Amino acid sequence: MNANVSIQSYGLVAEFDTPGDAMRAATSIRDAGFRKWDVHTPFPVHGLDAAMGIKNSPVGWFTFFGGCTGYTTGMLMIWFMNGFDYKIVVGGKPLFSPFYAFPVCYELTILFAAFATLIGMCFLNRLPRLYHPLLKNRRFAAVTHDKFFVVIETADPKYSPVETRKLLETAGSRHIELIEE
Amino acid sequence: MSAVLEKPLATTGTTPKELEREPLVLNQRSLGWISDRIAGVCENALPKWWWPAFLISFTVMSMMFICIAYLISTGVGVWGLNNPVGWAWDITNFVFWIGIGHAGTLISAVLFLLRQKWRTSINRSAEAMTLFAVACAGIFPMIHVGRIWLAWWLFPLPNANSIWPQFRSPLLWDVFAVSTYGTVSLLFWYTGLVPDLATMRDRAKTKIRKFLYGLGALGWTGSNRHWSNYEKAYLLLAGLSTPLVLSVHSIVSFDFAVSQVPGWHTTIFPPYFVAGAIFSGFGMVLTLMIPLRTLCKLEEIITVRHVSLMGKVILATGSIVGYAYGMEFFIAWYGGNPYELAAFKNRAFGPYWWSYWIMVTCNVVTPHLFWFKKIRENMVIVFIISIFVNIGMWFERFVIIVTSLHRDYLPSSWGYFSPTWVDICTFIGSFGLFCTLFLLFIRFLPAIAISEVKGVTPQADPHHNLGGAKGGAHH
Repeated sequence: MNANVSIQSYGLVAEFDTPGDAMRAATSIRDAGFRKWDVHTPFPVHGLDAAMGIKNSPVGWFTFFGGCTGYTTGMLMIWFMNGFDYKIVVGGKPLFSPFYAFPVCYELTILFAAFATLIGMCFLNRLPRLYHPLLKNRRFAAVTHDKFFVVIETADPKYSPVETRKLLETAGSRHIELIEE
Repeated sequence: MSAVLEKPLATTGTTPKELEREPLVLNQRSLGWISDRIAGVCENALPKWWWPAFLISFTVMSMMFICIAYLISTGVGVWGLNNPVGWAWDITNFVFWIGIGHAGTLISAVLFLLRQKWRTSINRSAEAMTLFAVACAGIFPMIHVGRIWLAWWLFPLPNANSIWPQFRSPLLWDVFAVSTYGTVSLLFWYTGLVPDLATMRDRAKTKIRKFLYGLGALGWTGSNRHWSNYEKAYLLLAGLSTPLVLSVHSIVSFDFAVSQVPGWHTTIFPPYFVAGAIFSGFGMVLTLMIPLRTLCKLEEIITVRHVSLMGKVILATGSIVGYAYGMEFFIAWYGGNPYELAAFKNRAFGPYWWSYWIMVTCNVVTPHLFWFKKIRENMVIVFIISIFVNIGMWFERFVIIVTSLHRDYLPSSWGYFSPTWVDICTFIGSFGLFCTLFLLFIRFLPAIAISEVKGVTPQADPHHNLGGAKGGAHH
């Protein structure tokens, strides 16, 4: 089974019992130069990003532009409604002023930024995803319970059926499985 | 000096023993136990108390909807409102419920930014409480407008008269603040739920459960590349919710403070309202958590220490509220405005003196019992005090609203407000709605953030020997 990797196989999945074991495996895989691989954990493991070589997440840019859009939308909307399309004079004050518009724009900044954050996170993670080869595997279901999985995809240029399995065995995994696409 | 310190270490050959932090999950439970216990609340056979509790809540909620139907079909005259007192229980209930919501956001967002790990056991249910409290709050301004079918004029939507809302009004700011608050709280809550819905999906025994939880889980696989973006998004949502929660009750206070009414027109209102909101919200969190931890057997996750810490928050915010009451009186005297002083004297010693002193007893006196550790760790007493906090904070809003309104500028327009049965039943009914939603929540969704609680245990730390660290393990 290891020798003939068919096109249908998705990757090698190695199971670990503790976050420490998974993290040491991640360090060795990172150092071996793999690219299409991942560590699946029941909770975010502190320090795993560095062990895997993951850079700072760019979600913040979505938040920033979402917030800017919200603030601008608010100011334009209030100017259009109270200062242009239906002019309301209150106490002889200017028809539009950013000060009275501020509370609403403040709320809209937060509203748009929050939506952009969630949408940006989903976009970067390619979620929602209704099908995933890993989710078919029964043993993998423990990833949301108490097990830690290292997955190296067969699509990785460095992937080799024998060597990669050996690497994962050396890292201390007691159960390694080839998952179908 | 250093030689003296090093000597005993060198002779025994050991490093000094590390002082362990008090564990957040008792009895060194395994990671698997945490998901079994929390998800078990939704998966095991229904406990005996659930149906009676649900039926009572549902009946009480129905009473509210009947009252609202009666109100809409007849008119706001069915309430006890009269000519100086145009706002009474409706707006009192609105401010009361929206304030309760604030503790949920404080726990989920502010304590997250402050790296208070104990929040993980209570943040999910506190956020759910926020959402349900905002749902209850939203009803009251909606139905108090009289012609409820025109309530959509509050939103900037084109209407047949081609008139837009007037954005100088704090009441309109409030519309935006409350609707943003509800929406962002929902987004934040859902983001936190995604990994736990994946846990529920992977544990599901029936196809329908697997499909429905799977739909909510968005195909979550626990990938660390996903966690990296997820954690950043969660942090940013916490960072957005923090200024949001401070602004919401500030804007609610503008509804009063921007007006000219003596007793309302004060600059202390925004911080005073925010502190009061957090105070009342923690009261409600305790009212819900103490039965929850016992009835759902979650005492090892929501520990006595958690309850004690919440007691300390109540003590701190209760002291701020007490300070604000005193400062209001001081400024009414020091400001030299006789009408302002008269309004405050009337508040404490006028026709509504009883409501003022209920407020002071519940909000200023009772929280100070939390100075004592024995009281903070006695669940029955904490539960009783939390009820007092709820009562006191409802009366605070009643005192602010009704006592300031019932004496208008001319003695000929002085009045007295008494509630009718419709006022009373609508308010009691809103508790039915709140409890119905909360009971459904604990039955169908994990009431504690499973992945977050796992993350604060020692076995989740790769640098701890329980987490698989090799040699010379340290925290």
